Amino acid sequence: MAPRELDDKPPFWRDVKVLAWVFQLVILALVLAFLAYLANNVRVNSADLGIPVGFEFLDQPSSFTIPGNDLRESQPVRDALVEGALNTLRVSIVGIVLATVLGILIGIGRLSGNWLLSQITRVYVEVVRNVPLLGLVIFAYLALVLAAMPRIEDAWQLDSLVTVSNRGLVVPWLTGPGLAFLGVVVLAFVVGVLVAGWRQRVAARTGQPPRDLLWAVASFVVLVLVGAALVGNGLSFPSLEGDQIEGGIIMQPEYFALLLALVIYTASHIAEIVRGSIQAVPRGQFEASSALAFSGAQRMRYIILPQALRIAVPPIGNQYLNLMKNSSLGFAISFFELTKVASTSIGNRSPAVPTYLLLMAIYLVFSLIISALVNTVNRRMQVE
Amino acid sequence: MVTWLRKNLFRSVGDSITTIVIGSLAIWVLYRFLRFVFVTGRWEIVRTNLSLFITGSWPEDELWRVVVAIVAVSFMAGLIAGFIARQRREEVPDDAEPGRPWLLDILSRTWPLLLTVLLLLSLAQTVGPWLLAVGSLAAFAAGRFIGPLLPRRSGAALVVAALVVGLSAVWLLVAGVEFDSWGGLLLNLFLAAISIALCFPLGVLLALGRRSQFPILRTMSTSYIELFRGVPLIALLLMANVALGFFIPTDLAPGKVVRAIVILVLFTSAYVAEIVRGGLQSVPIGQIEAGRALGLSPVSVTRLIVLPQALRNVIPALVGQFISLFKDTTLAGAAMGLTDLLAGPQASTAQPAFRGQGLIAETLVFVLLIFWAGSYTMSNESQRLEARLGVGER
Repeated sequence: MAPRELDDKPPFWRDVKVLAWVFQLVILALVLAFLAYLANNVRVNSADLGIPVGFEFLDQPSSFTIPGNDLRESQPVRDALVEGALNTLRVSIVGIVLATVLGILIGIGRLSGNWLLSQITRVYVEVVRNVPLLGLVIFAYLALVLAAMPRIEDAWQLDSLVTVSNRGLVVPWLTGPGLAFLGVVVLAFVVGVLVAGWRQRVAARTGQPPRDLLWAVASFVVLVLVGAALVGNGLSFPSLEGDQIEGGIIMQPEYFALLLALVIYTASHIAEIVRGSIQAVPRGQFEASSALAFSGAQRMRYIILPQALRIAVPPIGNQYLNLMKNSSLGFAISFFELTKVASTSIGNRSPAVPTYLLLMAIYLVFSLIISALVNTVNRRMQVE
Repeated sequence: MVTWLRKNLFRSVGDSITTIVIGSLAIWVLYRFLRFVFVTGRWEIVRTNLSLFITGSWPEDELWRVVVAIVAVSFMAGLIAGFIARQRREEVPDDAEPGRPWLLDILSRTWPLLLTVLLLLSLAQTVGPWLLAVGSLAAFAAGRFIGPLLPRRSGAALVVAALVVGLSAVWLLVAGVEFDSWGGLLLNLFLAAISIALCFPLGVLLALGRRSQFPILRTMSTSYIELFRGVPLIALLLMANVALGFFIPTDLAPGKVVRAIVILVLFTSAYVAEIVRGGLQSVPIGQIEAGRALGLSPVSVTRLIVLPQALRNVIPALVGQFISLFKDTTLAGAAMGLTDLLAGPQASTAQPAFRGQGLIAETLVFVLLIFWAGSYTMSNESQRLEARLGVGER
C-alpha cells in the first residue's frame, strides 16, 4: 500500500465541511417538515370545521364593543384590533415613563445615607419583586380600585381638577381649541429645552452656576401662561351631574389598575438595575466629586447618574420590553388591550389561528421598535 | 444611640425632613396594614378554603400520594444537601465556616418560608398537614444525616437516584388523579418543577446552537429565541388553550395542564438560552484552544471544558429565571381556566357563603404571601450562592 500523501483530500463522506452542511440541512429539513405538518393540519382541521384560514375576517364586523370607546359592533375587526393596539401603547408608554421615574428615585433611595429611606425602599423592592405580577394586577383592580374607591355618588373631588370614583379617575382634558393649546405646550417645552442648553453653554463659558433647570421651567411656565391667554386653554373640567361625569377625560378603572400594577412592579426591577449601576461607578468618582465640593444632589446629578445610567440603559430597555409584554395581563381584568381584544374577537367568530398569529406579529413588531429605540439611545450614550 | 440617630437619620435639615415625612408615611402604612391583618380582616374564608388554596379539588382519598411524594422528595433533597455540605467542608478549611450556630443560620435564611408554613399549619383543621410537615422534616433531616456518610464518588449515582425519585414522585401524582382535578399551590409547584426540569436541556441546546459555527443552525436557534422572547407568555398560553386543536390531530391534543407545561417549557427555554449564552461567552477563548490542543473533539471540548465553566457562572441568573417561572405559572391559571393558587381568591369569594362580602383583599393577601415567601427565600439563596461562587470577581 502506497503511503498516503498529506494533501490527499478525504472522501466526501468523511470531509468535515461536507458533513457539517449535510448535518445542518438534515436538521433544517426536519424543522421545515414539522412546520409544514403543522400548517397542513391547520388547513385540514379548519376545512373540516368550515373555518377560513385567511385574513379576510379582518374586514368583517366585530360584533362586540369596547367599554369606554365608541367603536360600534358593525365596525370591522380591524378597527377593534387597532383600538386594542392603541390601548396597549397607551398603557405601555405612560407606564414606561412613570416606572422609569419611580425606579430611578427608589434606586437612589436604596443607597441613601438615610437609614429609614434605604430600609423602606429595600422592603418595597423585596416585597414587590417577589410576588407574581398577575397577583398585583388583580389586587390593584379588585381590592384597590373597585373595592376601596368610593361609588360615583360620593366620589372624591379635588376641586374640579381630579375626580376619583370606582368609575375611574377623571382629570381635565383638552377640547376644541385645545389642540392649538397643545401646540403651545409642545412649543413651550421645546423652548425650555433650548433655554436649558443655552444656560449650560453660558455656564461652560463663564463658570457661572448654570441654574438650567430653573430657567427652563420658568420659560416653560411663562410661555404656557402667555399661550393660554392668547388662544384660550380649551380645557374641559370634569363636573359631577348626579351619577354622570361630564367633561374631562376619564381614566378607566381597568386602565388605572393595570397601569398602577405595571408601574409598581417594573419600578422595583428598574430600581435594582439603577442601584447596581450606581454601585458600579468607581469609588474614585464619588471621592473626586466630594473633593471638588459638590453637594450630595449635585454629585448625583452631574457625576454619578450620567455614568450609572450609561451602564443601566440595556437592562432598563429589557424592562421596557417586559412592561410592554406584561400589559397583556390586562386580559385578566378585562382591560381591552391587544390580547383581550384578540380573544374577544375569537369569541365572536374570528378564526383562532390567524388571529393569534396576527397578535404575535403585532407584539413582535412592538418589541422590535422598543429594542431599536433602546439600541439607538444606547449607542448615543456610549463614550467614544 | 443618639449618635446613631444623628448619623443615620438626622444628618442635615433635608435629611431630617425626609426622615420625618417618610417615617410618618411608613407608620401610617404599617398601621393600616396591621389593623387590616389583626382587626378588620375577616380570615374565616381562608380557613374554610384552605384545601382549595393548597390542593384545589384534589380528592381527599388520594392525598396520600401527595404526602408520599413530598416526603420522598424531602429525603432526596436532604441526602443531596448533606452530600454537598461534606464536599464543601472538605474544600474549604474548617475555620472559614461561618461561626454562626447552624439552627440560627437556617432560621435567618428561611424565616419567610417557615413562618408561612407555620401559618398554614395553624389554619389547618385536621392533623394531616402537621403529620406531613413533621414527616417531611424528619425525612429531610434523615437524608441530611445519611448524605455525608455516602461514599465520596457517588455523585453520579446520587444524580441518577434523584432523577428516579423525582420521576416516581411525578408518576405517583399523575397516575392517581386526573389533571383536571389538580389545583392550588400544588399545581403551581408541579408546573414550575416539571417546566424547570424540561426547559433547562432545551435552553442549553438552543444556546449552543446560537453560538455554533453552523450558519443554518445559528439562524434557526436565533429566530426561535427572539420569537419566543418577543411575545407575551399569556398570548402563547391562550393560543395553546384555544388553537392547539388546529395544529395537531384533535384526538392527539393533550389536556390543559400538559399544554401549559409545553408552553412554559418552550417560553422559558428561550430565556434560559440567553442566560446560558452569556455564560458561554464568559469562558475565555484560551480554554477552548487549550482543549483543542489536547486533541479533544469539538463535542468533548464543549461537554468537558466549556459547559461546566459556563453553567457555573450563570447559576444565580438561572435561579432568578426559575423564580420568575414559578411566578409565571399563575398565568396558566388565568389563561387556561385552571384553578391554581392565584385563581383561589376569585373562586372562594364567589362561593355562596362568602359572596358579596368584599373578602377579595383577605384572600389575595394570603395567596400573595405564599408566593412571596417562596420567591423571596429562593432569591436570597441565589444571592448567597452568587457571593459564594464569586461570580464576576474573577
